[in-house]
Amino acid sequence: MSTPAAPSTCESAETVLDVRDLVTSFPGPNRRIAVVDGVDLTISRGETLALVGESGCGKSLTALSILRLVPKPGRIDRGTVRLGGRDLRALPVAELRRVRGHEISMIFQEPMTSLNPVVTVGKQVIEAIRLHERVSSALARRRALALFEQVGIPDPASRLDAFPHQLSGGMKQRVMIAMALAARPSVLIADEPTTALDVTIQGQILDLLREVRDLLGTAILLITHDLGIVNELADRVAVMYAGRLVEVGMRTDILSAPRHPYTQGLLRSMPARARRGERLTEIAGVVPPPGQWPTGCRFAPRCTRAFDPCARIDPGPTRLSANHTAWCHAVAREEGSPPAGGAPA
Amino acid sequence: MEPYLLSNAVVVALLAGLGAALVSAGRSRVWRDAGRELVRRRPIALAILLAYVAIGLLDSLAWVSGSSGGAMPGGDTVSLHKPRSAIDRLFPDDSYREKSYSAPLAEREFLGGAPLRHPGRHLLGTDILGRDVLYQTLKGARVALLVGGFTTLIVIPLALLFGVVAGYFGGRVDDVIFFLISTLASMPGLLLLIALIMVLGRGPVQVCVALGVTGWVGFARVVRGETLKLRELDYVHAARALGASDARIVLRHIVPNLMHLVVITFVLTFSGLVLSEAVLSWLGIGIDGSWGRMIDQARDELSRDPIIWWNLVSASFALFGLILAVNLLGDAVRDILDPRTLRERA
Repeated sequence: MSTPAAPSTCESAETVLDVRDLVTSFPGPNRRIAVVDGVDLTISRGETLALVGESGCGKSLTALSILRLVPKPGRIDRGTVRLGGRDLRALPVAELRRVRGHEISMIFQEPMTSLNPVVTVGKQVIEAIRLHERVSSALARRRALALFEQVGIPDPASRLDAFPHQLSGGMKQRVMIAMALAARPSVLIADEPTTALDVTIQGQILDLLREVRDLLGTAILLITHDLGIVNELADRVAVMYAGRLVEVGMRTDILSAPRHPYTQGLLRSMPARARRGERLTEIAGVVPPPGQWPTGCRFAPRCTRAFDPCARIDPGPTRLSANHTAWCHAVAREEGSPPAGGAPA
Repeated sequence: MEPYLLSNAVVVALLAGLGAALVSAGRSRVWRDAGRELVRRRPIALAILLAYVAIGLLDSLAWVSGSSGGAMPGGDTVSLHKPRSAIDRLFPDDSYREKSYSAPLAEREFLGGAPLRHPGRHLLGTDILGRDVLYQTLKGARVALLVGGFTTLIVIPLALLFGVVAGYFGGRVDDVIFFLISTLASMPGLLLLIALIMVLGRGPVQVCVALGVTGWVGFARVVRGETLKLRELDYVHAARALGASDARIVLRHIVPNLMHLVVITFVLTFSGLVLSEAVLSWLGIGIDGSWGRMIDQARDELSRDPIIWWNLVSASFALFGLILAVNLLGDAVRDILDPRTLRERA
């Protein structure tokens, strides 16, 4: 395994995907509720960015917003999604379809249901190839075979004619990855790619993703709640809480020296880090549902270090190093900068 | 072109289409297994249905005897040039008719006891006009298959189109289509049928169209519901994320996953439609030559003493046999194609 050694800066020349101020909302009882609220993300070529957070924090919706696949009645209200210099939000639908799968693709959490049960997997991969390239069916079949080999499917020639129910979960996820890679996209969004798989298969799929990234230079946006997976695969980490980013940094920054109280709490509650015989620490309280998010810092009601401005003022970003940013008043005070930030609530 | 040649061509085209559908289904392992399972579970019902279909097809292929065939004694030139189907040819010409009722295999007329022209030759007797009942019963198969088959061919595309479009696109489109469905469903079916037949006319095709127009609603609802479910499935989202268009998603991912419903509905609708036609005949607006029409005509004969039963019994049993066979097959098809049992066998 070879992770790219050079910790590239956020605004490097090789940026492939640049998301700015993304806001996606759903209609609530009184007003629209921004479930993704002003998220900024940047990924460079060959880099893996992990988007981490609890269920319901908006990480999957962020991914769907990037592809403009937000389910109705959701709506993207604001922001830009630049992929290779083009703003996906401004593209007409026909154009957007050519981008999806071709320049950016996505694999889903549940390989069991992500394949059409009545079509052989080979045909589905061939279809993914021919969606974006005019190739003969014979050539497409050869390409599908090569893709199957690449994603490590044993006996690929006979597997092409198998139906999804004849394959195991891990195999299906490999097929999904083959389909997602069919047109060699520059960005691959992986939404909890291993959550539905057992641990040994998880490892294999992570190895495969790493191989894909290193071999093809595909940038990966990895959505997960599992910090173990983050540790294995990610170069950089973005932590989300209640629709907002709370901390972004290099993997080592986030995993070894987290600054935001939420990130610290997440790490403390990991079983692997706890010492044997000690009680596992947890973050008190639960994530409030969208629409009941507090004003000011959204984590403040559960935060042990909350102080005066936290419940009133949105924390602005505090840059800790070139690549490490936290949105927290407490961190800002430690750093000696004034409680700068967003609009007073 | 002569009408009988056209109808022959239609039969051949239908057979060719059916053959092509079977061949293409045979390529898919799922359908091949399902077919094999059907033969294993319901061999008798399948054989009965095939017998009906064979009779209907034989009756649909008609041709004119060459004029060199030699004039039969008493046969006029007009009847010689009338196209006659394979079933017609099993029976002697029009001269086969008696004057009135005769019991099955009777030697003499039922009323009056005058000797018959063809004593002991009418296996199921003759009706009030002296027509052979077996002949009429066999001719009824074609009508029944036409009503069932042709109408289902109208019903299923209509229902698929409206159901899938409503379910997939939702919103305004769904509102409009569902309004149409609800409106049609809220009218008493029989009344609507009668009105349509009065407007369209009384021919066999018109009756089929009327049955089709009123019959697609129920299945369209099922299709809409199923599409609503399918459209939210992960593989549809995945296809969209890979850049597939709506048309492609509908044709490749939605419709193929509705096919088991189509097959089940085809079989179940078929028998329902044949029965509907019998009801229409009973009301006097059915198709000439159908079993329903025979039953309708036999109504009064039941009150005679001694009773004339062969007419009614022949038509009823022919109808009963077809419906039973189709329903038994329908149950088997539903069991076989049910996704839950499908998974168990896989």
